[in-house]
Amino acid sequence: MSNLQVSVYRYNPETDSAPYMQEFQVDTKGRDLMVLDVLHLMKEQDSALAFRRSCREGVCGSDGMNMNGKNGLACITPLSDVVKGNKLTLRPLPGLPVIRDMVVDMGLFYKQYERIQPYLQNDTPAPAIERLQSPEERDKLDGLYECILCACCSTSCPSFWWNPDKFVGPAGLLQSYRFLADSRDTATRERLTSLEDPFSVFRCRGIMNCVAVCPKGLNPTRAIGKIREMLLADAT
Amino acid sequence: MSNLRSLTFDAIIIGGGGSGLRAALELAKSGKKTAVLSKVFPTRSHTVSAQGGITCAIASSDPDDDWRWHMYDTVKGGDYIADQDAAEYMCSEGPKAVFELEHMGLPFSRFDNGRIYQRPFGGQSKNFGEGGQAARTCAAADRTGHALLHTLYQNNLKNNTTFLNEWYAVDLVKNSNGDVVGCIAMCIETGEVVHVKSKATVLATGGAGRIYASTTNALINTGDGIGMALRAGFPMQDMEMWQFHPTGIYGAGTLVTEGCRGEGGYLVNKDGERFMERYAPNAKDLAGRDVVARSMVMEILEGRGCGEKGDHVFLKLDHLGEEVLGKRLPGIVELSKTFAHVDPAKDPIPVVPTCHYMMGGIPTNIHGQAITQDESGNDHIINGLFACGEAACVSVHGANRLGGNSLLDLVVFGRAAGMFIEGALNEGIEYLDASESDIDAAMKRINRWNESNEGGESIPELKAELQDIMQNSFGVFREEKNMQEGVKKLADLRSRIANAHLPDKSNTFNTARVEALELDNLMEVAEATAIAALERNESRGAHSRYDYPDRDDVNWLKHSLYFPATKELKKRDVNFKPKTVDTFEPKVRTY
Repeated sequence: MSNLQVSVYRYNPETDSAPYMQEFQVDTKGRDLMVLDVLHLMKEQDSALAFRRSCREGVCGSDGMNMNGKNGLACITPLSDVVKGNKLTLRPLPGLPVIRDMVVDMGLFYKQYERIQPYLQNDTPAPAIERLQSPEERDKLDGLYECILCACCSTSCPSFWWNPDKFVGPAGLLQSYRFLADSRDTATRERLTSLEDPFSVFRCRGIMNCVAVCPKGLNPTRAIGKIREMLLADAT
Repeated sequence: MSNLRSLTFDAIIIGGGGSGLRAALELAKSGKKTAVLSKVFPTRSHTVSAQGGITCAIASSDPDDDWRWHMYDTVKGGDYIADQDAAEYMCSEGPKAVFELEHMGLPFSRFDNGRIYQRPFGGQSKNFGEGGQAARTCAAADRTGHALLHTLYQNNLKNNTTFLNEWYAVDLVKNSNGDVVGCIAMCIETGEVVHVKSKATVLATGGAGRIYASTTNALINTGDGIGMALRAGFPMQDMEMWQFHPTGIYGAGTLVTEGCRGEGGYLVNKDGERFMERYAPNAKDLAGRDVVARSMVMEILEGRGCGEKGDHVFLKLDHLGEEVLGKRLPGIVELSKTFAHVDPAKDPIPVVPTCHYMMGGIPTNIHGQAITQDESGNDHIINGLFACGEAACVSVHGANRLGGNSLLDLVVFGRAAGMFIEGALNEGIEYLDASESDIDAAMKRINRWNESNEGGESIPELKAELQDIMQNSFGVFREEKNMQEGVKKLADLRSRIANAHLPDKSNTFNTARVEALELDNLMEVAEATAIAALERNESRGAHSRYDYPDRDDVNWLKHSLYFPATKELKKRDVNFKPKTVDTFEPKVRTY
């Protein structure tokens, strides 16, 4: 039997007074498709089904969603990883306002990213060639710069659900540490000062949902730990 | 009668990929009122998928490296129809543009001396082809496009660029003089359609690989800027020139960087033979992409392909060892495991040539100004219209792009367009406003879809049919009869698309409407490609014909120029006059 039963979150504010779950039967022809492929087959049945997608290879971060209870990227999640008992339940990323169906309003998430000043700051004059950086210094950026802003981590984080306006969240903090860790960045003090309040960093309770869901295998909790250490060292 | 809200900018940049963001950065710093309009959040643009690097003579790997050698490789790689003034500009300005990216924070990989890491890529040489393989591609592991795109987006945030994210540009607005004075655009979230007025409209909409059934390109690569320009009546250049990347993952189409072969990987056939040694004795697996792709197809056609169907070959990487793979090619290891179910540290990756890059596009000069041609064959600037990146044809890639040159193209010419527009705005630009009927003309298409009736065919089915036609008739090898049939089928498809049905007419985040509008653009790109391919009676670069196997410099050392109104193909001179170096005369191209 290759018919997969998919239950998907639907909501179009123009026509629906409330969200509901819609059932689809999808013929996978026995293949271990990616969840995104399944969504495309569903869209052939109902063109009104809305979801974001772009690269379809796990690098653009468009199709973060909740699949059988766990956040991830639809395009690199094979059915064999998530489907239990031939059933797949798809919901939008939790904790953000839904625009339509699987499409959420990412505004708050992006705002927290912008807040950490996600760009290199260096107050010395730029040389005629590149700034030098040793391979060891560069290695410190591995595991940080690869973030694709898919929001799987922040929207799986209870602290972010509670305080999305005040807690920067795992994605933003991972990027904050990406610049704190960069030997070329000279704004360390300013960056730390802007994070000193009780919420921005310290709302992290070490739950580690972010680590469990990151489709790129990154570890925001560790980065947050490093920022805490820097903040505490700074305070003493 | 139009009662559209209008938004007014000095410059509007359509597309939030590398070239659009680089142009925007230049303009944001200038203080002009500019905006980037992108159908996806900018870091979801296809630049993010670029892997291996940005080729540029920054003299890091080799302190004696010279941009002129890079220029020679580029011109040769393009099979001599790259414009030499443009290749000269790109290769000589390149180092400045790459150092700027580093200063902005791009996390390049490093050599022990702290300089930017460079790896060998296909078609690279030292000393004008005489000094052996060069290593000229600057890399951030195998995620260079991601690192570059995020860096550019971050620096646009720093400089307070205005973004219209998840907005879709529908069509250009022309005034009665034929100047481009803005566009019609739709906010995807609300469905609101607005008239964007602008003194400079930059098409940075990227490629259109989705005209093929099998492509490395993102789902969003539907040639929107090309479609808009063609519907506005402007010509396209060298549209027959499509690059098939040698190493798309068999079945999935996802890209495996040429950097794999740069780091020492190589291709083998079913006998385990390193077959590129026969086709390109010197450069072997690092010959031009067109050469490698054709060699692979030859192996497959001659029965030496791998797998049950014998329809692919293998890319061998296991001899590089886990450390090199983990350090230099970590993304490839991931992709390979996900899409080929293969750990490249143990087993070879099944690969097949896959549509990858559009060398053709909107003809421009080195300032990004779009060009058309009059009846007597003279170039004319199209007022108000600019293009850069993959959507443009400057042309630095000619008939075949070298690996790593696309990222360089998009930063150098994005930057150049931004600088030129800033200067032009400072001098003052005044065009006649668009009239009601000018705006109505640009609204025609979206109105057509919104009024489409049941009974018309479905959009995804028509799209699949278009992709199959292109795949079957305009692939790696081409031949007249098959292409004629393809052209005929496309003509038929065009009339069916004109009657196709958009069932969902709601306003909120209606992705079906976006896909309908994209289908029109795919149609425009496909037809321009097909007609140009049928009429170029020679083999050059990526355009290989069974029936005309040789390069014909007497008749075809030219750009092709496709005119949409008449569907005619004309010719345009290639620039052979670089400013500071001697012309590279056409030679037989071997690797």
